[in-house]
Amino acid sequence: MKVQLTINGRRFDREVEPRQLLVHFLRDLGGLTGTKVGCDTSQCGACTVLLDGVAVKSCTCLTVQADGCQVTTVEGLSRDGKLHPLQEAFWNKHGLQCGYCTPGMILASHELLRTNPDPSEPEIRHALEGNMCRCTGYQNIVRSVKEAAKTMAGGSQ
Amino acid sequence: MTHKPDSYEHNMVLAQKQFRVLGTRPIRHDGVDKVTGRALYGADIDLSGLIHGAILRSPHAHARIVSIDTSAAEAMEGVLAVVTAADLGDSGDKMIDLGEGEQNLSFLRGNVLASGKALYKGHAVAGVAAASLHVAQEAVKRIRVEWEPLPAVTTTQQAMADGAPVLHDGLRTKELGKETDQTGNVAAHFRYDKGSPDEGFAQADVIVERSFDTATVHQGYIEPQNATALWNNDGRLQIWTSTQGSFVVRDTTAAILDIPVSQVKVTPMEIGGGFGGKIPVYLEPVAALLSKKTGRPVKLVMSRQDVFEATGPTPGSHIRVKMGATNDGRIVAAEAWMAYEAGAYPESFVVPGAMCVFACYDIDNIRVDGFDVVVNKPSTAAYRAPGATNAAFAAESVVDEIAEKLGVDPLDLRLKNAAKEGTRRADGVKFPRIGLVEVLEAMKAHPHYQTPLEGPHRGRGVAVGFWFNVGLESSCSISVNSDGTISLVEGSTDIGGTRTSIAMQAAEVLGISAEEVRPSVADTDSVGYTSVTGGSRVTFATGWAAHNAAQDVVAQMKERAAILWGVDAGAVEFADGTFRSGDNSLAFKELAKKLSETGGPVTGRATVHPKGVGGSFAGNIVDVEVDPETAKTKILRFTAFQDAGKAIHPSYVEGQMQGGSVQGIGWGLNEEYFMTDQGVMANSTLLDYRMPTALDLPMIDTCIIEVANPGHPFGVRGVGEASIVPPPGALANAIHNATGVRMSRLPMSPPRLMEAIWALESNPIAAD
Repeated sequence: MKVQLTINGRRFDREVEPRQLLVHFLRDLGGLTGTKVGCDTSQCGACTVLLDGVAVKSCTCLTVQADGCQVTTVEGLSRDGKLHPLQEAFWNKHGLQCGYCTPGMILASHELLRTNPDPSEPEIRHALEGNMCRCTGYQNIVRSVKEAAKTMAGGSQ
Repeated sequence: MTHKPDSYEHNMVLAQKQFRVLGTRPIRHDGVDKVTGRALYGADIDLSGLIHGAILRSPHAHARIVSIDTSAAEAMEGVLAVVTAADLGDSGDKMIDLGEGEQNLSFLRGNVLASGKALYKGHAVAGVAAASLHVAQEAVKRIRVEWEPLPAVTTTQQAMADGAPVLHDGLRTKELGKETDQTGNVAAHFRYDKGSPDEGFAQADVIVERSFDTATVHQGYIEPQNATALWNNDGRLQIWTSTQGSFVVRDTTAAILDIPVSQVKVTPMEIGGGFGGKIPVYLEPVAALLSKKTGRPVKLVMSRQDVFEATGPTPGSHIRVKMGATNDGRIVAAEAWMAYEAGAYPESFVVPGAMCVFACYDIDNIRVDGFDVVVNKPSTAAYRAPGATNAAFAAESVVDEIAEKLGVDPLDLRLKNAAKEGTRRADGVKFPRIGLVEVLEAMKAHPHYQTPLEGPHRGRGVAVGFWFNVGLESSCSISVNSDGTISLVEGSTDIGGTRTSIAMQAAEVLGISAEEVRPSVADTDSVGYTSVTGGSRVTFATGWAAHNAAQDVVAQMKERAAILWGVDAGAVEFADGTFRSGDNSLAFKELAKKLSETGGPVTGRATVHPKGVGGSFAGNIVDVEVDPETAKTKILRFTAFQDAGKAIHPSYVEGQMQGGSVQGIGWGLNEEYFMTDQGVMANSTLLDYRMPTALDLPMIDTCIIEVANPGHPFGVRGVGEASIVPPPGALANAIHNATGVRMSRLPMSPPRLMEAIWALESNPIAAD
């Protein structure tokens, strides 16, 4: 099937199999390996991307379902050589250990801050319950999201 | 918060010196790659001509392979090769060292591709390589295996019963260190003896004896196992993989394939968690064989179901603990009987479990019996302090019950009996300077313990745990750059920030900042032999190698300064980042610019095999609320304490404490392999195998205790593992205080706890 996607601002016109998952399109055809596969069944959230600005799990989304959509992956977050405040915060606040869940965590957090720019700790935990991290115990991830919210409220981006 | 004991008298380095870099919190060197998606993990690799593989796995927990017919698969368009155990050959048997203990080569080979019998559901039987992953997966379904299903055993009790189905016909029980003719599923029975338990129990006023069961749980790293191999035309095999030990992959794969280690080069990719589970080799030899047959690079990646059914897990166990104390609170005797599930092949981590079960206490009379038992489950792998968590759940529950019977504070009882320098463990090791007393004192003084817990259905629990940590071999080299920075090459795969904790130790020696070190993890051709990232050893041992390599750099640069100043190298001193001799002085950075004119580049190198390993103790205070309707346990507050020795990077120490605590919480409250009667895991997805999410947890408060390890130049102990040991015991004790029930089985999930509460309500005396 013919699909047309805009990924991180770049247009892709491709012929794909109907069964192809979006995550495989991104990784295998787009060369965007920042989006990870962890569980195949949408629990771990490592594959989270933004589809027209909304966080979705690309391991349970067919490429054809994304036809005509804007896709943002972790590679598309930084602008003009400058990291997104969420990327800065996860780095500065030690919000990662192995880093495998990080792209998904950052994009799920992106969705949260878009809809709730000043989330409380329970709201952050609620928003990230679909993203698993086995290394950190989540503490520094929650701190990172709070830090990013603070930076973004300050108008630096 | 950090709790510092008054003095570091056992470690002169820490007693006399303030550090510039150690103890600070620089941001990680690999951070930018990991927040931008640029970091390349094993499954991310692409190579020219890359093809994809899939694995056929046993549908049976225990079955004889009568025949395998691969012809239909091989005939499929797009299929390039099929391999089975017949392609592995049989190069005989020997013991090989995997970094955390020796293993039998024939067992390792058998686990990679089943030969003769499949020993667990998910056991690999054949591999297929094809032009696309879909074709490979389809081809796997066309391999015809004639199975003769056999009865399966999935617990130690079943496996040790008379007449139980036997997994390995050739397995003979090693009894108290001696080979015997005894057949069955018990690979080994060993014993640790200290003093006379009979005499000890005779002195006791209170004796508590309980039995415990713990479920099989998985390490649960988010990144599934993967391997890509290229068997090149010159006979050299290159492997790219996410592993905790590139040299272990090299050595194990070479042994399994019966080729020299020098023929194999392993490039460690970034690793998405491991916790001990990414030490064994599963896919690498199969990818190598498929590459050899096709002449193409072959990539294999596991699904989550494969990860659950064919890797890890950590052993389930059955443990009986008996302890006796006098009325004045002295624990006078202890016994443990511990049977651990090894999975399909021997080595269950019952040995470290037995070493740790009573390690927190100074007890004169101890007997520990350990049994290593094979069962029809995946071969077990290390999981953060492997074996110790099961044991601590049992021992800490019994210690808590003794405190209750004696009417003393549970921390006071532990303090009174705490192991300290000079205490001899049951396995014979005499403790050097350790920090358990300091951990317990910090727990007692902490605002968490000082604040009363109020409200119905609530309870507070405490527990402590021990892990001995390991040393093993590490290598490091440093090149001095003309801009005054250094490039540091090391062989320890970075699983949680060790590039930075190693870089900081070199920076401390050289008087530069952590940011002025460029650390990289090299492949097996580019750095000296380095053992696994495991045993909490990397910051300890590879950090030590970095310390020594930096000192090598200092020694060479003193000679360069001597040339510039026309003095003897012995007259040059180096302190605080500056070389000095008489009135001459040059900062490290300035001298780095002058290497070319004084003889050329400077590289430092070091290899270490340290003996001064310092064990680490951890403790928890946890407050819970148990819903009386559903028996769901909610954690209200959790504080983790740990003796880190010198905390090189406190944020990373806290991160290890928090991560290990949360894994311990999952182990204690929810995680388990549900096995069907046929020996099949019924919950092999992350939906049904429920690991803690952000929503299940409160903030995990941490308190680092720094009792320097006298066996390390900076006092490091290693912090990666001990944190997982106390949580299940602390939770069990908290649940007891909330509900009155003593849980003897992990996990303490709502259905189990509800039944225990009902049993207590219907028969309070029997249930107690």
